[in-house]
This record gives sequence, structure tokens and C-alpha cells, in this order.
Amino acid sequence: MNTHLLSAPFTRSDLQIRSIMLTVVVAMMPATALGIFIFGWPALFLFLVTVLSALWFEGACLKLAGKPAQATLADGSALVTGWLIALTLPPWAPWWIGVVGSFIGIVVGKQVFGGLGQNLFNPAMLARVALLVSFPLEMTTWINTAPVFSAAAPSFETGWAITFGGRLPADGVTGATLLGWIKTELSQGRKLNESLVSGDFSLFKSLLGWTRGSLGETSALLLAGGGGWLLRKKVITWHIPLSMLATVALLASIFTLADGERYPSPLFHLSSGSLMLAAFFIATDYVTSPNSLAGQLIFGAGCGLIVFVIRTWGGYPEGVGFAVLLMNSLTPVIDHYVRPRIYGRDRKGRPLELPEGRE
Amino acid sequence: MALFDIQALWTGGNNRIRGGVHPEPRKEATADRPIDLGFPLPPMLYLGLQQHVGQPAEPVVNVGDHVLKGQLLAASQGMISAPIHAPTSGVVVDIMDYPSAHPSALPTPSLLLEPDGEEHWIDRPEKTDPFSLSPEEISVRVGAAGVVGLGGAAFPSAVKLNLGRRTKIHTLLINGGECEPYLTCDDRLMRERAKDAVDGILIMLHGLGCQQAIVGIEDNKPEAYEAMRSAAADSGQGRVEIALVPSLYPMGWDKQLIGYLTGKEVPADGRATDVGVLMHNVGTAYAVQQAIRYGKPLISRIVTVSGGAVGAPRNIEAPIGAPLANLLAHCDYRPEDTVRYVMGGPMMGDALPHPNVPLVKGACGILALTREEVSASDAKSCIRCSRCVTACPVGLLPLEMMTRIRAGQLEAALGYGLKDCISCGSCSYVCPSEIPLVHYFKYANGELLSRDQANHKAEQTKRLAEERQARMARHKAEAAAAAAQRKAAGKPKPKLTEEAA
Repeated sequence: MNTHLLSAPFTRSDLQIRSIMLTVVVAMMPATALGIFIFGWPALFLFLVTVLSALWFEGACLKLAGKPAQATLADGSALVTGWLIALTLPPWAPWWIGVVGSFIGIVVGKQVFGGLGQNLFNPAMLARVALLVSFPLEMTTWINTAPVFSAAAPSFETGWAITFGGRLPADGVTGATLLGWIKTELSQGRKLNESLVSGDFSLFKSLLGWTRGSLGETSALLLAGGGGWLLRKKVITWHIPLSMLATVALLASIFTLADGERYPSPLFHLSSGSLMLAAFFIATDYVTSPNSLAGQLIFGAGCGLIVFVIRTWGGYPEGVGFAVLLMNSLTPVIDHYVRPRIYGRDRKGRPLELPEGRE
Repeated sequence: MALFDIQALWTGGNNRIRGGVHPEPRKEATADRPIDLGFPLPPMLYLGLQQHVGQPAEPVVNVGDHVLKGQLLAASQGMISAPIHAPTSGVVVDIMDYPSAHPSALPTPSLLLEPDGEEHWIDRPEKTDPFSLSPEEISVRVGAAGVVGLGGAAFPSAVKLNLGRRTKIHTLLINGGECEPYLTCDDRLMRERAKDAVDGILIMLHGLGCQQAIVGIEDNKPEAYEAMRSAAADSGQGRVEIALVPSLYPMGWDKQLIGYLTGKEVPADGRATDVGVLMHNVGTAYAVQQAIRYGKPLISRIVTVSGGAVGAPRNIEAPIGAPLANLLAHCDYRPEDTVRYVMGGPMMGDALPHPNVPLVKGACGILALTREEVSASDAKSCIRCSRCVTACPVGLLPLEMMTRIRAGQLEAALGYGLKDCISCGSCSYVCPSEIPLVHYFKYANGELLSRDQANHKAEQTKRLAEERQARMARHKAEAAAAAAQRKAAGKPKPKLTEEAA
């Protein structure tokens, strides 16, 4: 006799945490593959180091806490966190950046709070922001695209040395990201279209992902495609991605119409930086986003607003990490105030008025 | 659902529907088989005295009496109750506590009837035209026939008819949704006995003094819809409308169906009649028709016997009081494969420890489920995916209530609307962490209820004690005052009787 189910319902959907996490992994694969392809061996090494150390930290924490390590590791949540951290790192960063990132994400960001489902902040974004403020040099060394099999690509041995041997990339193979370039140029008083021409950037390449940037963040198209797959699989709903992207696009439209020499276009914003990754894979994190659909709309719009403000007026070229963390901290407040209306009650929980003529 | 159909994504397809899930229907096993009328009479029938909401019925026969089919065995007590009749002719062999269809097979007062196999009917009243009876008389006869809600709630139908008549409802809604997986008894009834069901609806309309009825049927039952539609066209006098509703659980929740078919919302502290509608199950309409047209009390019902461990699943018209084990055996079930017996549907039904309990009036289904079907594993951490929030038809936050209840903060859970939970099970169904959410809510509501009762009792005791003290003090003061008066007047002490007066 089965003792688990003494109370209805006696049937349930096939959905499991594991199946959700594996769908997310599948959705991240195209962008990851492209990143490893255009940045070569060091990117692959860094990716593997980050993911494996995330799994190791998760397992170690579970052991320490006396929880069943194997069963929890198998749910795939640590895999997704480690994977996401890897995607946000500069592709030629040294191995210890990946390990420290995983430590911050898994141990500080998640297990200290009590493990899966208990954390307030998105672990991957916490890792990213902590790394960025602690190791600004390593976290802003952007390598030129050097696809595997091309002449510029480092060999296996050179790649190994870059990731594990502390060899610095040679001069002339690094540069600024599109967002960073614009920020510097604008601060020096140059006009937008001049700097875009002189910096050898193209919107088309940026959309495709053939540009300098984090390991798995460069291709807006592949990330949006993965996000569309998540929507179709009903792993996420449209509320957070749409409100986040729409807010950025709307603000960018307003400002670019007001002053096109200073403020870049919406397409520029949508195709660059980690906006797409965040909109579909990070801000949609179940644990750290609001419960109600209306709350999710507010959350997404807030993320979009902060991203735009930091990109446009802030000190950093990219503000996605800060935006998500700030809105994470507001999630409990949103959840407190924005609740679905209960049937037969008004928004304040009082019973609805009886219709006329009824007592 | 189109990827960018914003309206559909926002509302889950229809803005008149709240929440809901799509459980695997599993109705195909029984939906195309005719109702089995050949269930052999079991050697003993066990008739619980409380098969309905309200007061238990009071036996009016004695042990050893020979009774006829349809004879009154136990009369209804109080305002909300229903009588029990003999499903067949036989001898009343005992009145005792017998295990009932309850998760612990709780023994409840029951009447044991040993059939004599003769099926002798009592004298039934002459056939009358129902529409020549007064509306009040319809209620009286429905009540006397022991008809209760056959969709599972088992609320006495006559009480509902009276309420509907008093409040002058404008629409009678008939629930033919049958949204629970496995169950097809209403589907079969509508396919095979549509004419009688529509007749029953017209009788109910007459009893309510109401003009129109709408029958809501889920769109996964096209045959039932067609049968009802043609029956309504033949005899419905244009007053019975048959409406298709989307297949979605819990479409059969009365408030959901009311909202979908009429666009009205029932206030939290009100009833459906407050918005001018009343809802009955389609099976109840059929039972009403049988009671009024033919004088047949509710002594049998159509019940779905299904589940993975049942070899020949089907619907059976079975006498009330038949042991479930006999019904299951009639359908070739395999006890060794059964991990869970359920009375009702899998979403809201009751688990039974064993099938040696009798069929009651409100049972729509008997399920013998295999391990593969129940697929229960340990609950994992809540990942706050909020699927339960989207699925909840009431608009609650199941995950928030669950965390509060786990932490023992039942009052905090109340603040999240715990009392509004209808236990439909949609949240538990979708939870990817397999957390038994409804189980928590039922526990918390039960705990709060018993606390309330304990508080009420303590307060009552306190009040009685205070009243007694006040009374004593008053008596003492009065006695003292009287003594002082006497002393002042110089009279002798009066007799004890005068003091008491």
C-alpha cells in the first residue's frame, strides 16, 4: 500500500524540477555552442571549470548540511546555475574566475540561504556582480572573436595556458564591447554615429553574436530563440521577458527620437550586452521573481528600467546584473502587495457586494 | 495556443475561466461502453444513515422486518437531511456501526439489508402529470424520494429547490461538465437517457418557477452534447439550452461554470442564488424525473468503475449500499495491482483503505489505481515556479499558504485566503516538486476548525461560570437586602419558601 498519497489528488502531471531544468539547458545550448566556437579552447575550458565547480560546491554544501546530495544534484538546478555563470564570464578569463564565480553563486548565493528555492538573489547575477566589482580587470578583458579553425584561434596548448597558466592575451586581440565603446566615446564628447563607424561595429554582427562579449551573451538571436523555446515548452511565461524588453525598447525609442546623436536606438539596446540572456534566462528565475503574473510584469518592467538607466547614465556600460539584483530585493515587496484577486472578493479581500434586490 | 496571442496567454485561453489544469482524461476506458444493468444483487446491502450533507436519517424499521423495494427505511431529520429507502426487497438483519466510505473506513450507523431476490416493489403512487403538481409539491416529493446531489456533494436536492424558489432565481444551471478524469457516468447518462434527463430539467424548472435552464457539457463529450441537444429540441420547449464548455479542470466547480455560462460572480459570503442562479448535476435531474414521474426513490445510481487495475472498466447502475469490492470484482479488478482505492474522481475523491465499504448516493466513481497511475514520490523543495498560482481557480497563492502552514503559522495562512480554498487539487496536480499542497490546506483548515471549537467551548464554560457567580452574588445581595428590611420592620424571619421565591 502506498502511504504517500492519503489525500487527493491521486494523479499528477509529469512535470518535474529535473525536466524543467533540462529544458533550460537545451535552450541555452545554441548560444553556448556559438560562444565556444567563436572564442575557442579557452572558452571551453572556462565553461567546463565553472560548471564542474558549481556542481562540486553544491554537492559539498549538501553533504555538510546532511541532505541527500545525489538526488538533489540530479535535479539539475546547480547545473543551470553554473552554466549561467559561465555564460556571463569573459571567455578568456582565468580558471579561478570561474571557480570563485561558482562559489559565490552556489555557496553564498544559494546554499547559505537554505538551498533550492530559498535564495533571495539570483545566484548567477550575484556571482557576476561580485566578480565584476572584485576583479574588474579580469572581468572586462574582452577578446576579439577568434573562431576555432581560424588563423587567429589559439591552439589547444595556448588555450590551456590562457585558462590555467595565467598567460595574458597578447595585445591587439582584445578590445571593447559595443556598450563599453559607446560609453567611452560618449564620455569623450564624440557623436554616436561617428563612434559606431570608427569602432568597427555592426548591428548585424551584434545581433548574430559575432562580436566581443561574454562567453554566451553575444548572440541576441540565439538567446531569443532559446527563450522562444522555453515559452513554447511553457517553462517560462511571456510576462517577464516581454515587459523587460519592451521597457528597454520603449525608453530607448523615446530618447533616440529626442536626441539620436546621444542615445542609441532600441535595436542597439536589444541586440547588445546581456539583455537577452537576462530577459529569458535570468530574470525569469522562478525563485527570485514574483508569484503573480501582474507582479511579474512589474518586475520585468523594473528590470528594464534599471538596465536602461545604468546603460545610459550609470558608471558601468552594462547594468543587467545590478538591475536583476535590485529587483530581486523588491520581489518580496511586490509579492506582498500584488496578489491575484480571490474569487468572490474584491482586491482588498472583502466579499463582493450582493447584487441589487438580494439580501 | 499561439505563441504571441497575448490575450490567450494572459488568461490561459478564455477570460471567463479562472485558472485550471488539463489532467489526462483517461475516460476512453469507459466512455464508449453502455451502462451495465446486469450487476447481480450482492448477498448483503449496507445502507449508511448519513449519505448526505446534514442530519443523519432516523431508522423507521426494526431489525427482523421484511421490507419491500423502495420502502422507507430511515426518515429524514431536521431541516437539512434525506431519507433512505430499500434498494431491493429483503430482511433488515441488523442496525449497527459499519465501515463507511471514508479515508479511515470509519464505522458509522448503518442498516443491513439482506435481499430476498424477489425485487418486490412497494405500491407506487399513480402516475401523475408533474406539471399539474404545485411547485411546492415537487420539492416535497423530491425530498421524500431521498434525492441528493449526485455529482458528489450529496446535498439534499429538495432543500436547494426550496431555496431557489424562495429567492426567485432566473436560470437553472445543469452541470454536465464531469471534469474529473476517469469518470463517465454523467456522459453515459446523457448519451443513453437524454430524454429523461431533459424531462427532469423541465420538472425542476416547474418546481422552481423558473423559465430557463442551461446545461453545460464539456467539449470532450460530443456524443452527449448531441444527444442532449436533440432531446432538448424535441421536448425542451425552447427553455433548455445545451452549451458546450471547454474541457478544463475544474470546469465542474459550480462557481466556474456559473461564471462561464452567465458571466456572474458569487460573493464570497453568498450563495449562487444570490446572483439568481441555481446549479444541479445532470444525474440529479434524472433522479428527480424518476422520483416525480414514476415514484421511484433514489435507490440506485450510475457509477463509473475504472482505473488501471480494473480489467473490464465500465459504468454500472448499482444499488445503493452494494459493497465496492463486489462492484470491482464484477469488473475483474486485480487487488494485487491496486495501490490506491478511490471513491469519487482522482482529483477530489477520498482514498479508501480497502474496498469493503458500501456505495453511497454521492459516489460517482470507484477507482482502483496502479502504481504507475498515482506516481507518488517524496516532496521536494518548492522552487516558487508559481504554477500553483496560475492553476488556482480561486486566485490563491498556494505556495505562500504552504510555507506558512509548514512553519505552523496557521493564522498567517488564513490571511492568504486559506478558507476560500475549494480543495480542487489543481495546485498539487501541477506542482513539479510534488508537494501535497491540498493536504496542507485540509490539515490547516481542520486544525483551525478544532481550535475554534475548543475556543468556543472554553468561552461558553467561562460565560456559564460567570453567569453563575453573578446569579449567586445577586441572590446573596437580595437576601441581605430582605434581611435588612425585615430587621428594620421588626418582623420575624419568613419561611424558606418565600425567600426562594
